[in-house]
Amino acid sequence: MSGERKFRYVGTRPVRHDGLDKVTGRANYGADFTLPGLLHGYVLRSPHAHARIVSIDTSAADAVPGVKAVVTGADIPKSTAMLSLGGGKGGFDLADMGDNLLAHDKALYEGHAVAAVAATSAEIAREAAEQIAVVYERLPPVLTVDQALAPNAAILHDRLVTKGQPLPDAPTPTNVAMRMELRGGDVDKGFAESDIIVEYEFTTPMVHQGYIEPHACVARYGEDGQILVWTSTQGPFIVRDCCAGILGLDAATIKVVPSEIGGGFGGKIPVYLEPVAIALSRKAHRPVKMVMSRDDVFRASGPTSGAKVRMKIGVKQDGTIVAASGSLYYEAGAYPGSPAATGAMCALAPYKIPNFVIEAFDIVVNRPKVAAYRAPGSPSAAFATESVLDEIARRLGFDPIDLRLKNAVEEGDAAPYGPKYGPIGLRQVLEATKNHPHWQAPLGPNQGRGVGCGFWFNAGLSSSATVSLSSDGSATVVTGNPDIGGTRVAQSIMVSEELGIPVERVRATVADTDSIGYSDLTGGSRVCYATGMAVIKAAQDVRDQLRARAAKIWDVDVDSVAWNDGCAVPLEPADDRTPLTVHQLAEKIAQTGGPIIGRASVNAPMAGPAFAASICDIEVDKETGVSRVVRYTTIQDVGKAVHPSFVEGQMQGGAAQGIGWALNEEYIYSPDGLMQNAGFLDYRMPVASDLPMIDTVIIEVENPLHPYGVRGVGEVPIVPPLATVANAMRDATGIRFTDLPLSPPRVLEALARY
Amino acid sequence: MTTLHVQTTINREPAEFLCEPVETLLDALRDRLNLTGTKEGCATGDCGACSVLFNGRLVPSCLVLAAEVHGQEVLTVEGAAHGDTLHPVQQKLLEHAALQCGICTPGFVVAAKALLDHNPNPTEEEARYWLAGNLCRCTGYDKIIRAVLDAAESMRSDTREVTV
Repeated sequence: MSGERKFRYVGTRPVRHDGLDKVTGRANYGADFTLPGLLHGYVLRSPHAHARIVSIDTSAADAVPGVKAVVTGADIPKSTAMLSLGGGKGGFDLADMGDNLLAHDKALYEGHAVAAVAATSAEIAREAAEQIAVVYERLPPVLTVDQALAPNAAILHDRLVTKGQPLPDAPTPTNVAMRMELRGGDVDKGFAESDIIVEYEFTTPMVHQGYIEPHACVARYGEDGQILVWTSTQGPFIVRDCCAGILGLDAATIKVVPSEIGGGFGGKIPVYLEPVAIALSRKAHRPVKMVMSRDDVFRASGPTSGAKVRMKIGVKQDGTIVAASGSLYYEAGAYPGSPAATGAMCALAPYKIPNFVIEAFDIVVNRPKVAAYRAPGSPSAAFATESVLDEIARRLGFDPIDLRLKNAVEEGDAAPYGPKYGPIGLRQVLEATKNHPHWQAPLGPNQGRGVGCGFWFNAGLSSSATVSLSSDGSATVVTGNPDIGGTRVAQSIMVSEELGIPVERVRATVADTDSIGYSDLTGGSRVCYATGMAVIKAAQDVRDQLRARAAKIWDVDVDSVAWNDGCAVPLEPADDRTPLTVHQLAEKIAQTGGPIIGRASVNAPMAGPAFAASICDIEVDKETGVSRVVRYTTIQDVGKAVHPSFVEGQMQGGAAQGIGWALNEEYIYSPDGLMQNAGFLDYRMPVASDLPMIDTVIIEVENPLHPYGVRGVGEVPIVPPLATVANAMRDATGIRFTDLPLSPPRVLEALARY
Repeated sequence: MTTLHVQTTINREPAEFLCEPVETLLDALRDRLNLTGTKEGCATGDCGACSVLFNGRLVPSCLVLAAEVHGQEVLTVEGAAHGDTLHPVQQKLLEHAALQCGICTPGFVVAAKALLDHNPNPTEEEARYWLAGNLCRCTGYDKIIRAVLDAAESMRSDTREVTV
């Protein structure tokens, strides 16, 4: 175990090997790939938020010169299968995913795909698609949680029943796909014992992950049934298995080649284009490229749930939290699957609360089906909890960090969702937050300061890795996880650490699905943790084989060869037994037994939980309602930072996304359910001039589940910002904002009211 | 539709291609000339991933017609480095780990080069406003801005060495 381990390469900041291709424009992303005879696909999408599809007549499109194939929902079998992740819990409902690819009976949101065309040019495909005659019978759109729950609400899915723990009077069919409940202690008694009770209802808007690269793929269906898919994805094996499951094919016939990926944040886990491209290619007998426009990306991929959260917390005069109750309602979009359950599990996770009840609802609405987005569910829940705690601290006259410290969970405390925490770093994070110079720095006029906290589980799941040694002593490491933020260089560092060779001599590659064992998605903050564990084990496999080679050279038993500082070392020294370096052993690789390949696969346990906090200073222009983050610090327990620069990058990027969610980002709909801001001009993500430098503090409380103590980094930094920004706004204006985003019109209106 | 014959200079080399009158420079670069370093993020001029220099001026190539570059000069990310020598912005982006997914990076390289061509000593605020037309969703901009300011400094000290 890593307790006293001194690292030589872990914790250094080498330049990533894949960086050169990225700064020179050579790196190939989803849309950069081509094949001979390539056709271009175009998707016809529903102009209505909710409509029954009466008929689709594609004959006019079929007749357009240059059109080689047209497909509709009839070409996507109605699968009933579920696809699980790594054989474990969770997964994808392939019936819904297939229906989302091309609508079968109903268009469930504006932008829902209804047909697709492949033609010799993108223009011909688009013009032909516009000639497809779709007869719709419009239905009333259900756009919000409140509309979906109304007694006379239109129903999206005729057979939907509430799973989980439905309320006793739950109607059928319903728009409530799932209800769950977490309970502990006696919440009524807890509130009765409370000195102060604070309760608010909060809303957070539907937002998009906002990756800059639109979804793109190329598919080729061969005459022999062998299929090639080149695609930008977080999970090449997920794409393979979804395509196979939806289209009724054998997974082994599909080779998915992951391109470089231009951002994902959870949004590039599902399939949107790939099975459609395969279906088109099968009909056209030619490869088909499909690329989403930005408009498509907004209307038909991604977003994460808008949510409504009612949160009530009771405390004693000394700041001890004694009771909490919360109701969380998450918009799932057109099909079940919002992160309501994780939201409920995260909502109170940072605090010791003896009496609590949390209920969460997964609610379908006529909006695009939500996808994962960085710590799915947790930001909206934390926005509520952390805003209420801020208000409690004000009423008690407590420092808000002290209030959190007083109630912070520690090792051995039970999480509200059941298990007891192992070693966790919340206390260290909060202490570092309190001790940071930012917390005491003077504020300028019209400025306010807020603090907030957040939790995320981090995932484990399945990963595979191989490490191959070359005869010159350099090494390659291969995994199945697309590198979304520097994981290849982190994997090189791990191999260096195990073998004692410099990072420049270890090249990491992301392989296609034929060339590496099954690996779950890049997501859940799991690549450095779980895939890293596989990489370390594969490197250790190489190391053990090198020990065996040294034993052979020395003609001794392998048990009498140790590994020390990058060398095979004889435990019983002799004149002809001097330590052998990797380089020396590699040179003799052919004579001592042939190529050396280390391999490992892991099904990693749930990772070490992550806690983060942040401090935000905001400046508000009270004449215009425009606010600006003038200083931001994010503090996080990462377990162990393998490449600290990329760890900081995750923390800064998550903070920026959270700030965008807090201040400006939102899906805006017309009353009939049409998105009004499907472009970067009107969907306002933070730009460079919106933000200050984002200071980071890395806390390292080792995760005992990982050989180096890694926890996973990517997701939790987006959890604290929503409340942190709103708490800063409260400090600056005296107004408790409960609805995000804190856009200028909303701030101005509130300032006028108070 | 008439196909146009465009003769131009791209990355200091003569280049020619055929295009449709409605075709964007972005599509011509990517699909006609195989210069796929220039990326499409939005096709509406809002994200900056397709930034190129058009006669030295920073433009989104998705909003320029391909035919407009006839007889003019274009510089794309592929032309930012000289031989084995990276542009200082490219070098500093690498050293600062200022890229994660990297899809916005070509646009930032071109836009930052344009900034430093115009203003060799930008303040942080000037750099932030100049680069406000380039969206990055991964980094929060912190490391990008540091890399660009560091590149500016290294270019200034290089110039001093030459003039001394």
